Amino acid sequence: MHLPDGFIDGTTSAGAAVVAAGGLGAALRRAGQVLDERRVPLAGLVAAFVFAAQMLNFPVASGTSGHLLGGALAVVLVGPSVGAVCLAVVLIVQALLFADGGLSALGLNVLNMALVGGCGAYVVFAGLRRLLPARPPSVVVAAGVAAGVSVVLAALAFTIEYALGGTGGASVAAVAGAMVGVHALIGVGEGLITALVVSAVLATRPDLVWGARHLASPAPSEAPAPGAAVPAREAS
Amino acid sequence: MSRRLHLAAFVAVGLAVAAALAFFVSPHASGEPDGLERVAHDQGFADREAGHPLGDAPTADYAVEGVDDEGLSTGLAGLLGVAVTFAVTAGLFVLVRRWGGRRGPGPGAGSPGALASPGSAAGSRGPGSSAPFGPEPPGPESPARA
Repeated sequence: MHLPDGFIDGTTSAGAAVVAAGGLGAALRRAGQVLDERRVPLAGLVAAFVFAAQMLNFPVASGTSGHLLGGALAVVLVGPSVGAVCLAVVLIVQALLFADGGLSALGLNVLNMALVGGCGAYVVFAGLRRLLPARPPSVVVAAGVAAGVSVVLAALAFTIEYALGGTGGASVAAVAGAMVGVHALIGVGEGLITALVVSAVLATRPDLVWGARHLASPAPSEAPAPGAAVPAREAS
Repeated sequence: MSRRLHLAAFVAVGLAVAAALAFFVSPHASGEPDGLERVAHDQGFADREAGHPLGDAPTADYAVEGVDDEGLSTGLAGLLGVAVTFAVTAGLFVLVRRWGGRRGPGPGAGSPGALASPGSAAGSRGPGSSAPFGPEPPGPESPARA
């Protein structure tokens, strides 16, 4: 879903860049307040993992592929503000180092994948977590569903941008239908991969999963080992 | 819980997995157009794609210039990307914490305004900014409900 330059006109791209910069600034500010120093390497790992996963295109239909966007994965693992920043770094590295995703389209890509994808995933995940029982499998299910939905939301964000300043004269309704259709399929893959990775981390270090903090109260059978990282205990 | 992996070990293992995916698996990824490219083609605006300004970069399109083996070239580009992404993200968060970050209750808090001055990346936004990150409730990343 990386937009190249040219699909969306300059005005819309510039507007998206302003919105993306504002959102990213807010996320950075928030991240600076909430990120525990010990978790800085974890945030780096999340970004690096999302970068690697984004290279792995899987076939979704004849002649079409998709890859993990990773917004939901990042948000569930490190929280919405840190996660959105991680995604933005991935997109910036891709655009500057690998010519993947246009430069004038960078704001659009950050807006769609880091902010809309990340925020959308956060809202869906937080809502589902409230509805489902407070157990680890619920976190996995909520992460997977949020991941799938977030891909479709990112596709809708592109459609809105295309409606505002799309080039090439395609019908907005047709673009909307096609984008949602193919990204619903990609969203299934996104949901499965996200659920798999979240459950792997939950099985290894559940305390590192931001989206599972509500499960962190010490279980009776599990005495917390001294020195084993207790989830970030920082006061605000 | 002796089976619990140390944080540093966890990060190291995670990075090894990411590197392995980028180096060994990415050369075998599907080369078909992705969802957006497919839609652009089907809806007739694919030809509006402009050339990338950095399209001649030595690592453009996930291929390392001078490496003839296509799979190896992609794999090396993937390794480079994993390393750079990790370093940039970690470095950025170190800086962000230094600029606007909450400090421990250590000394040096003599001028509290200095740390939160508008020089931070967030510019002069107020803390209650209504930017797209609205849905995040106050203090969601501290275990308030634990």
